[in-house]
Amino acid sequence: MMKIMNRLERLGSSGLTICGNFGRCGIFLLRTLFRKPRFKKSFPLLIDALYFVGVFSLIIIVLSGLFIGMVVGLQGYNTLNKFGALAQLGQLIALSVVRELGPVVTALLFAGRAGSALTAEIGLMKTTEQLSSMEMMGVDPLWRVISPRFWAGFISMPVLSCIFSAVAIYGGYLVGVQWLGIDAGSFWGNMQSSVDFYDDVMQGIIKSFVFGFVVTWIAVFQGFDTVPTAEGISRATTRTVVYSSLAILALDFALTSVLIGGW
Amino acid sequence: MIPVKINHLSFSRNSHVVFNDVNISIDPGKVTAIMGPSGTGKTTLLRLIGAQLRPDAGQILVGDQDIHRLSQKELYLARRKMGMLFQNAALFTNLSVFENVAFPLREHTQLSESMIRRIVLMKLQAVGLRGARDLMPSELSGGMSRRVALARAIALDPQLIMYDEPFTGQDPISMAVLVKLIKDLNTILGITSVIVSHDVPETSSISDYIYLISDGKVAGKGSPAEVSVDSSPEVKQFMHGLPDGVVPFHYPAKDYREDILS
Ligand SMILES: Nc1ncnc2c1ncn2[C@@H]1O[C@H](COP(=O)(O)OP(=O)(O)O)[C@@H](O)[C@H]1O
Ligand SMILES: [Mg+2]
Repeated sequence: MMKIMNRLERLGSSGLTICGNFGRCGIFLLRTLFRKPRFKKSFPLLIDALYFVGVFSLIIIVLSGLFIGMVVGLQGYNTLNKFGALAQLGQLIALSVVRELGPVVTALLFAGRAGSALTAEIGLMKTTEQLSSMEMMGVDPLWRVISPRFWAGFISMPVLSCIFSAVAIYGGYLVGVQWLGIDAGSFWGNMQSSVDFYDDVMQGIIKSFVFGFVVTWIAVFQGFDTVPTAEGISRATTRTVVYSSLAILALDFALTSVLIGGW
Repeated sequence: MIPVKINHLSFSRNSHVVFNDVNISIDPGKVTAIMGPSGTGKTTLLRLIGAQLRPDAGQILVGDQDIHRLSQKELYLARRKMGMLFQNAALFTNLSVFENVAFPLREHTQLSESMIRRIVLMKLQAVGLRGARDLMPSELSGGMSRRVALARAIALDPQLIMYDEPFTGQDPISMAVLVKLIKDLNTILGITSVIVSHDVPETSSISDYIYLISDGKVAGKGSPAEVSVDSSPEVKQFMHGLPDGVVPFHYPAKDYREDILS
């Protein structure tokens, strides 16, 4: 009996801790989002953050997009060939990339590249007391440090996802048309007639906005919440990547079922 | 210049009592030293004065404001009157020396670029680093970082300035430079200064009044001359650096002989 009570107690207390963490995380988000904007001062900060978050992720996004497009092209060619449906290759590549691979893979790469960098940067600022000293100077770090980075992540993720999709389709084109010799006309033509802007492209864009929001939120929160030691930073960085990846995949399933079911 | 009064302050961290009913009075325009061994809560005290931490009981008056009863907005306004030099300088690593010192000016004033430039150069001149304005913090030595941080702390002409261990880890020359800078800032500008430190000779040489904190209490206080001849065992051990005394050399353990023979 005692044992069961003890277990229950522990379960309850860890449940409370988890709720507390989610609460803190939510309050943190609200305090970052809802504040009086100071456009003239915020704008240069946002540009800096966009550069740090978006431009630095560009190379890995472009290269991965190219390779994934080429792989999908190759696999698709093999499979479609069996059914004599090679003309549908363009459609296959475009749909799988625009609806799924584009947003999901971009978000995973974004979490690994930009998310971990954000966490490490903010965590380091906390560990070296830069955030504290800002506070002591009467400048709110949530406004000065967190908010521009958050918005930069939210804005760059969909853009990166579009770039990824475009490059991936081009990669598929290279393999399918240039290398394996499918007719270019049927490749592009079938793609054009079967990809619907609202059903397919918008679905991808909505996903990438959601992923961008969640990944950046996790990244800046983990950075801000870092235990201020070297070990703390490395843990927070790992947590960012793990939590973001799980969140992306789970949300992808949820979003897909909602969007396909109820669009 | 503003005084600081700490009344019946109690503060604990988790279950560890850091302060237990501490009273400290910091006179305007004077240099007051808060001394004590590492881990007694000197940094914590400065964070309490800056309202980054909340006390469990008691109040802290900065000027005539109870700093912990201010709204967020009033607090941020009050902090502009305080400068704080952090233990490890805490310069913004992605900004140059010039931009570090300009930071508070850009955030809190509408001054023109040429005015900002002039003020920054004046502050850097005061700490002797006008020539280092274009360096990045990673290119500075420890002593130089602290001087830049000092220039940044006085950028908005504060009325109260707090130094967290300004002398720790400094070579003798930087140490002398810092001692002189702190003294000069106080005598020339009349800034109320609080030095938190465990470097006895340097701190004694420039402070008007010393509080010695030990075990969450004020163990001794007085002018440097008074404190150095204080006969209470805690004060004596700390001021003269005796290895064993009221603060034991050994971390609490069971009996040595029993432990080793078991
Ligand atoms: N973030 C923290 N969480 C928990 N305990 C802390 C934290 N910071 C400091 N402490 C504890 O508070 C006490 C006082 O620390 P501190 O003010 O840094 O001492 P000092 O500056 O005098 O060396 C120490 O015992 C330390 O272990
Ligand atoms: Mg300290």
